[in-house]
Amino acid sequence: MRAADNSIEVEGLVRAFKNGPRAVDGIDLRVEPGEIYGFLGPNGAGKSTTVMMLTTLLPPTGGTARVAGFDIVREGPKVRRVIGAALQEVALDPYLTGREHFRLQASLLGLSRAERTRRGQALLERVGLIEAADRKTGGYSGGMKRRLDLALALLGEPRVLFLDEPTTGLDPQSRSALWEEVARLAREDGVTVFLTTQYLEEADVLARRVAIIDNGRIVAEGTPAELKAGIGDPTVEAVPHDPAQRAAAAEALATIGTPCAAPSELGVSVRLRGGAADLPAVVRALDGAGVRLAQLHLHEPSLDDVFLAKTGRSLEGAADGAEPVNPPR
Amino acid sequence: MRATLDQIGSIARRSIVRTLRQPGALAPTIIFPLMLFAVYSAGAETAEKLPGFPDVDYTEFAFAVPFMHVALFATGIAGTDMARDIESGFLQRLALTPIGGVSLLIGQVAGAAVMGLIAASAYVVTGLIVGVDVAAGIGGWVILIALSVCISFAFAGLGLAIAVHAGNAEAVQGAFPLLFATFFLSSFALPRPLIEVDWFRAVATANPVSYLLEGERSLIIVGWDAPALALGFGLSALIAGLALMISARLLRTRLVRT
Repeated sequence: MRAADNSIEVEGLVRAFKNGPRAVDGIDLRVEPGEIYGFLGPNGAGKSTTVMMLTTLLPPTGGTARVAGFDIVREGPKVRRVIGAALQEVALDPYLTGREHFRLQASLLGLSRAERTRRGQALLERVGLIEAADRKTGGYSGGMKRRLDLALALLGEPRVLFLDEPTTGLDPQSRSALWEEVARLAREDGVTVFLTTQYLEEADVLARRVAIIDNGRIVAEGTPAELKAGIGDPTVEAVPHDPAQRAAAAEALATIGTPCAAPSELGVSVRLRGGAADLPAVVRALDGAGVRLAQLHLHEPSLDDVFLAKTGRSLEGAADGAEPVNPPR
Repeated sequence: MRATLDQIGSIARRSIVRTLRQPGALAPTIIFPLMLFAVYSAGAETAEKLPGFPDVDYTEFAFAVPFMHVALFATGIAGTDMARDIESGFLQRLALTPIGGVSLLIGQVAGAAVMGLIAASAYVVTGLIVGVDVAAGIGGWVILIALSVCISFAFAGLGLAIAVHAGNAEAVQGAFPLLFATFFLSSFALPRPLIEVDWFRAVATANPVSYLLEGERSLIIVGWDAPALALGFGLSALIAGLALMISARLLRTRLVRT
């Protein structure tokens, strides 16, 4: 059933550069057909190098990978025939119009004239660029360029779609529209999506499963819920109105959960085994102790907490080579 | 074969559109050689009195110069466009399609060749206005344009080789003065036998640019000179072939798709 196989299988994939570190250092992963797979990591973690290898634009120096059943090294042309890719840089010709980009790419893909027109028009409509289709792309906004790039990646009706940081630099509205389109592709068309991102929210919202990559290695993999559950229970932070009541608040909260470090100096925190369901008990305990609250926060673990737990760094600062704030577990 | 021709046609169309949509780059490319031509023909008129100088006005002798100049500009245009495609990642977009390297390269030089055609046509009109008398007649004008386009194509191929090797537009622009030097070390100002300085004459004799120029010039001052034309067309084909071959080899390193 190779023809219907939209999966991605990667075993021990390595890319070492001459006199440099291993950008990708022996990763294993499997993406199921029709799945949106998030590949999360900071700049320089190895995300784009992985995409370049899986799209056949960079030969690996070790390991194997199959995309839609085809080996990325031995069957490069077959892989290219079944994939679409929107790479990190939105590479458009500023002197060509949106429609001319479609014509160029469609003719290089070998589509008939009728098919070029039909698919081009449909995709321009789908990404909302009909009105701008005959304008040179040099005048497009960042969001329009990204949408055109995505539409061009879909021109060959790919079975597997690679999106390398597709929403970087987009405003919230454009980002949300793109997320919607990607989700629709997987849901309705059964397209397998390999999505790299450094945005936690993006991975959380879109991906069924997420792999976290750091320094070329996958440090965690699973559904967002599994990954978050893996690092512990939610915490609640109570900030008393009067700082002198911190001790009383800590004593009251200790009866409900396990004390832990509070995010702010003014608050006290406990880990809740029952999560949000324990909140009424928290409020009752604090009320019973006569603590007047200024703020009460429930902190669900985030993918950033997962990244922090697995690498000892926050994803936000990792791109700048920030030092570990906690030792890795 | 049909698919390959379609691919070349698509890339060529894009290259031509891109060139024509940059009038800011196109206009100086056409006008600058005309200005240089005006300077040469006005400043070196006395060369007509040299013993052994062909029996023509110096203006007619120098009229081949702008046709050659525009070919040099073709190097920069094709090379810079290719380098920008590499820098912007557009080449990777093309690499994800089934296009072959040679098809890509041939298509990429089309814009520069069309620029050569437009410029050569403009020079022909200028020549008619200033009273240049082409010895080979009307057919000579046509062949002059054709040879100019061939030379532009060949030099655009050199531009591609530099761009694919270096991968950036600065390197292409940096190579331009070198190409200009090869022009000045040719028989652009005088027939080779009249160049008095021995080393200069030797360099001009070894310099292919001399033969390309002399092929164009022969149509203007001699008429139908088959050996000169054969050398002009033959050398431009050789340069184009070599440049595309080298570019294709370099492209395999630059574009290491599996």
